[in-house]
Amino acid sequence: MYQFKYHRPGTVRQAANLLAKNEDAKLVAGGHTLIPVMKQRLASPPHLVDLSHIEGLNSIEMKGRSLVIGATALHHDVATSPIVGEAIPALAELAGLIGDPAVRHKGTIGGSLANNDPTADYPAACVALGATIVTNKRRLKPEEFFQGLFTTALEPDEIITKVMFPLPKKAAYQKFRNQASRYALVGVFVAKRPSDVRVAVTGAGSDGVFRVTAFEEALQKRFLPKSLEGLSVPADGLNSDLHGSAEYRAHLIGVLARRAVEAANVKA
Amino acid sequence: MAKISLAVNGNPVTANVDSRTLLVQFLRENLKLTGTHVGCDTSQCGACVVHLDGKAVKSCTTLVVMADGHSVTTIEGLAPEGAPLHPMQEAFREHHGLQCGFCTPGMIMTAVDMVNRRGADLDDHTIREELEGNLCRCTGYQNIVASIAAGAKQMAK
Repeated sequence: MYQFKYHRPGTVRQAANLLAKNEDAKLVAGGHTLIPVMKQRLASPPHLVDLSHIEGLNSIEMKGRSLVIGATALHHDVATSPIVGEAIPALAELAGLIGDPAVRHKGTIGGSLANNDPTADYPAACVALGATIVTNKRRLKPEEFFQGLFTTALEPDEIITKVMFPLPKKAAYQKFRNQASRYALVGVFVAKRPSDVRVAVTGAGSDGVFRVTAFEEALQKRFLPKSLEGLSVPADGLNSDLHGSAEYRAHLIGVLARRAVEAANVKA
Repeated sequence: MAKISLAVNGNPVTANVDSRTLLVQFLRENLKLTGTHVGCDTSQCGACVVHLDGKAVKSCTTLVVMADGHSVTTIEGLAPEGAPLHPMQEAFREHHGLQCGFCTPGMIMTAVDMVNRRGADLDDHTIREELEGNLCRCTGYQNIVASIAAGAKQMAK
């Protein structure tokens, strides 16, 4: 690891000032993506700005008809929060499937979203539920925020402060885990929202999270697993690696989407 | 350099460190607490698990500056020197929950955290799921699972 200067701001404003003042400064909260990359010397930020001690940035609360999760809320907090469990149980389950217990004690929702790893779980939840990603500057819809592999709309001095999830009527997440890394080989989040149905896929797309409109239209008519019979996702544009071919991932998307619909109906 | 103060196994520690020092490095090299091991060094194997403010974390992926002002417990802190072993340590001894022993400190720290969060009545499935961040290359896990189930019950007494 190369040397850096460590900063521990007490407010988001202080953190933003540190980012603006120090070129190539990086934010850290749990550090479970950034620290490994720094150890490999693939990243060498001269300044690290630690968000994990900003009071209130990890809050979890209901505001009107939205579940609002602070950027530094730990995966463990989301997985075990009675508020999340009551409002959107699928989201609590998703958080409980990330990494392992020790990783969930450090990793944060904001960090996961800002990194936009194509195999991360939270992007699928944000897209399917139609979340709003709130920063110190603006509010972003997922389709504006996620811009492809490890790329987001975040500006250099922009900080995610919270994520607002409107409550769905029904929702479920199904994940086929890579046996070694526990990242999603494929993950499918299905949400029946008051206005529409959304199906978001992570792990499979070579450009990150994406929606399957053919599935959504079929489920819009009838929200049942059998509505998806005969439908499939083309393998073009899906990842192919030693863990699974594009064709295999395409197949998994169909299987997991059907299971997710079934699970969402059971829970409701 | 950064000045840090933290509690390690209940003792206050103050030091000047290079900010890139990992928590596991600080524990092993500065404090000579070599019970915490470095296995994979990539946050996968769990040999480096310690408790930070009472929660299991991987100390190979935590900067010691991030632990400034916090409290750390290592395997050495579970039972004072010369005192009887912690019930979970005793259960690993009793049920032979180890072969080479390299993963054992991390296994035990994870097991204690597991009991703290999930309670003393742990079935095999729960234990195996909870152990997904701790790798053992010798035992095949059978005796580790048995040790944790027994240690959990002892901890409740």
